[in-house]
Amino acid sequence: MNTVQATRLVAAREIRVKLRDKTFLFSTLFFLLIAAAATILPPLLSGGPSTVAVTEQSAGPLRAAGLEVRTVPDDRAAEQAVRDDEVDAAVVSGPAVLAMDEAPDDVVAALSSQPQVRLLDPDALDPVAAFLVPFFFAFIFYVTSQVFGVQIAQSIIEEKQTRIVEILAAAVPVRALLAGKMVAGTLLALGQIVLVALVAVAGMAFGDGGGLLPLLGPAIGWFVPFFIVGFVLVAAMWAAAGALVNRLEDIGGVSTPVQLAVMLPFFAVIFLKDNATAMQVLSYVPFSAPTAMPLRLFNGDAAIWEPVAALVLLLLTAFAFLLAGARVYQGALLRTNGRTSIRTAWRSRESVS
Amino acid sequence: MLTVTSVLRLDGVDRSFGDRQALKNVSFDVVAGRMTGFVGGNGAGKTTTMRIILGVLAADAGRVTWRGAPLTPEVRRHFGYMPEERGLYPKMSVREQVVYLGRLHGMTAAAAERATEALLERVGLAERGGDLLETLSLGNQQRAQIAAALVHDPEVLVLDEPFSGLDPLAVDTVVGVLRERAAAGTPVLFSSHQLDVVERLCDDLVIIADGVIRAAGDREQLRKTYTSPRFELVVETDAGWLRDQPGVTLVDLDGARAVFDLAVGTDEQPVLHAALARGPVRAFRPVTPSLTEIFREVAQ
Repeated sequence: MNTVQATRLVAAREIRVKLRDKTFLFSTLFFLLIAAAATILPPLLSGGPSTVAVTEQSAGPLRAAGLEVRTVPDDRAAEQAVRDDEVDAAVVSGPAVLAMDEAPDDVVAALSSQPQVRLLDPDALDPVAAFLVPFFFAFIFYVTSQVFGVQIAQSIIEEKQTRIVEILAAAVPVRALLAGKMVAGTLLALGQIVLVALVAVAGMAFGDGGGLLPLLGPAIGWFVPFFIVGFVLVAAMWAAAGALVNRLEDIGGVSTPVQLAVMLPFFAVIFLKDNATAMQVLSYVPFSAPTAMPLRLFNGDAAIWEPVAALVLLLLTAFAFLLAGARVYQGALLRTNGRTSIRTAWRSRESVS
Repeated sequence: MLTVTSVLRLDGVDRSFGDRQALKNVSFDVVAGRMTGFVGGNGAGKTTTMRIILGVLAADAGRVTWRGAPLTPEVRRHFGYMPEERGLYPKMSVREQVVYLGRLHGMTAAAAERATEALLERVGLAERGGDLLETLSLGNQQRAQIAAALVHDPEVLVLDEPFSGLDPLAVDTVVGVLRERAAAGTPVLFSSHQLDVVERLCDDLVIIADGVIRAAGDREQLRKTYTSPRFELVVETDAGWLRDQPGVTLVDLDGARAVFDLAVGTDEQPVLHAALARGPVRAFRPVTPSLTEIFREVAQ
């Protein structure tokens, strides 16, 4: 048996245990419901064309515009229908449009003559999407890397706390233990966001938000590799943090730097998303690249080579953090008395087995 | 398997923690087919020694060999280990985690499952196999721990305080299982501070104090080496006169009953004659010193 086989066994156990964990299952279900609700509900709620009450002689242009027309004998009946909430709007002589609290744009449009519109940049984004999509990317990376990162740390602490780690370390290389946890965490995190993405895409198609899909495609395509490598970077820090303590209660003391390393880039991307220079910088900084670079791609701001360069930089950083995290993990893993300092762990000679 | 080279050997092992030298030049053998008891006070270095054998701690100097070859991770994978601080996964079923540990030691899934069933049966946990570990009593968790250490049919067994926390029934089960393994040719090294258990169980004895091996070898040999011949004498009247008898050291005097050691080279017959000359002798017999005595003698 070699390290690869041991890694596979460790990862398989982690995944098996997680898939039985009710908290995990419910949180996944919850995310899926949110994704479904966020994509399916808005088009449904906005409803179909307005219903409009009007006298027969004025109904022609409204019918032609595809509105649902209810004919009424006179203007007074039309107004009453609006007040009784039987219709969305009424057109009375003038012509004037009546509605309760919201101007019925489609009714107004049907009665107006509009100039022809020619879009010079047809790919430019709907402002709502331009606001939501960046937030969505940043949020997914933030939440997922936090949740699954914490779980890696918890699993490490559980093995220290129950002391089973000594049996494990005697049986398999310590790096296989770490690798197994990282692989399992990455697969579970990726699995969860892929599920959420599938539900979101299906929801968009179903809920008629399909126009956004072709625009999102490349951004999502790049988001996946950035997400995976970025997750490894964060998970390596969580692993090191977990190895330093012996009890789940103590995790707060070591997790703050890790949380900040994820939280600060998250807010930076959210607040600076309209500042081109800042975003350019953020899209290369390894901690914010997983959200900032897909975002610039989505906005069409990045040159073709840029995501490649940022990804290479992220890969190198993740690799360095993985090596450093593994060293701290090995050095601290068997110190089961109290909290270990990073310095002590780093200098430990216990890299045997 | 039972060759003369089937020996786990520690040779000049040193280990320090900061300024404190925990092990100094530790050398001893654990021989195949024999139960070796490892005794010493708290902090004497037992656990450190065992961790070095298992490779979870590194030695500063010296080496550990099995059948003449230095230990590698691959060799150690065939060792069985029960650490002093017990632990398995609380939220996993007993069967599942014993199988998992078997697989980590290189067994196929089928072999690990077979071995787990047999072991759980052997330690009396067959019916609890599907239960989560945390739902078991402490005694039963210990039995599960034994199963976890044995599932891969280890070539060498290293057990740190295997009997602590066990109820008497479980002690018997564990003793039985360990004896079977030893009889099958596995060297078994176990530490304990319960000297009576060690006395009952071990063939060889290693005594450590302050990180130094004070004595190691066959138990009876050590008994002869480190204790002087001891006798019990029961007479009719006060036995206090023994105090003045040449070569006699009184260990215990209770009126007519006395326990005494004889200096090496002193014959016990003159003492008996002296007693008979003073009156009737109700009893006169050799006393086998307990391990506690050897331990006291050696560890001080």
